[in-house]
Amino acid sequence: MNSFIYIFVAWLISAISTLGSLFFSEIMDLPPCVLCWYQRICMYPLVIILFIGFMTSDKKVLKYAAPLGLIGWIIAVYHNLLYYHLIPKSASPCVKGISCTTVQIEWLGFITIPFLSLVGFSLILILFFLNSRTRK
Amino acid sequence: MMNSKKTLAILSVLILGLGFTLAVMMYKKSQKTETAEMAQTHSDVFVRDYAMTQGPDDAKVVLVEFMDPECESCKEFSPYVKMIMSEFDGKVKLVIRYALFHPNAMMMAKILEASRRQNKYWEVLEVLFKYQPQWGSHHEPKPELVWGFLSEAGVNIDQIKTDMNDPVIQANIDQDQADVAKLGIRYTPTFYVNGKPLEDFGVEQLKTMIRTEIDK
Repeated sequence: MNSFIYIFVAWLISAISTLGSLFFSEIMDLPPCVLCWYQRICMYPLVIILFIGFMTSDKKVLKYAAPLGLIGWIIAVYHNLLYYHLIPKSASPCVKGISCTTVQIEWLGFITIPFLSLVGFSLILILFFLNSRTRK
Repeated sequence: MMNSKKTLAILSVLILGLGFTLAVMMYKKSQKTETAEMAQTHSDVFVRDYAMTQGPDDAKVVLVEFMDPECESCKEFSPYVKMIMSEFDGKVKLVIRYALFHPNAMMMAKILEASRRQNKYWEVLEVLFKYQPQWGSHHEPKPELVWGFLSEAGVNIDQIKTDMNDPVIQANIDQDQADVAKLGIRYTPTFYVNGKPLEDFGVEQLKTMIRTEIDK
C-alpha cells in the first residue's frame, strides 16, 4: 500500500470536505458564496479521482489531482485573505447573492468555513507532496 | 493487497455515510426543538397585530404565511391557499407576513399595504401574482410595469403612490423582516400552523396539519 496511503488520506479529506460543505448548504441552508463555489469545483472531483487512483494504484493520479488541489488552494488562500480583511473588500468578485466576507459560522472563535476549506486544501497538497517524494 | 484496499475503502465509505446521516438527523432534531420553543416563548413573532388577516379572529387554527410578492412559488401556491380558506371556511384565520428576498419585493409589499386603505388588498395581490412573470422577470425585472396592471384591481393608483410612502407601512414591513431573521426563514412561502412549521412542503401536508389542529 505504501505511498498510496497518502492518496487514501487525501481522498478521505476531500470526501469529508465535500460532505461538510454539502451539510452547510443543503442541511443548514447557509447560502454558498461565489468563491465557495469555485473551491467546490476543485474539491468535489478530487473525491472521484483520488478514489479511483487509490483503488487502481494509478501512479499517474497526481497528474490529474494536483492541478485541482493547487487551484483550489489558491482560491482558498485568496478567500481567507478577503475574509480576514487582509486585502480590501473592493477586490472582491462577489456581486450577487451572499457576500464572500459574511461570517456564517465561527467555532471556537477562529474556525470559519473558508478556514476549513484552506486547511482541507493545504492538507491535501501536503499529502500529494509526501506521495510524490516517497515514490522517487 | 487489493483486498485490504477494498476493505479500507468500503469501511471508510460506510463510516462517512453513517456519520453524515447521523449529523443530519441530530441537526434536524435540534432545529425542531428550537422552533417549538420559539413558538411558546415568542408567539408574537408569528402574528403581529398590524398584519393582514382573513377569517375569524377566534378561529381554532391560525395559519401564518410568510411570503414575497415577487416569489414564483408564492404565486404558484396562492390558489391553494384560497382553496384551503374556502374548504376550512370559518375554522382558519390566515395571517399574511412578508419575507422579502427579491429585488423589487419591498416596493410590491408597500403597494400591497397601501391598498389595504382602499380595501383592495386581495384584489391587488391577485393582480401582482397574475402579472408577476412580466414585472418580476429574473433577467429583466420591470417593476414600473406594475402601475399599468394595477388598474385591473380597481384601485386609485395616485392614492397608492402617496400611501405607500407612509413611514408606518415601512416600519411594519421592517418588523416583518426582523421576525423573518429571528425565525431563520430562508424560503418563501413558509407556513406555520398554530406556531408549528410546515416541514414537508406541499398542499396535502398543509391540509393534514390544519385538520389535525381542528380535530384537537
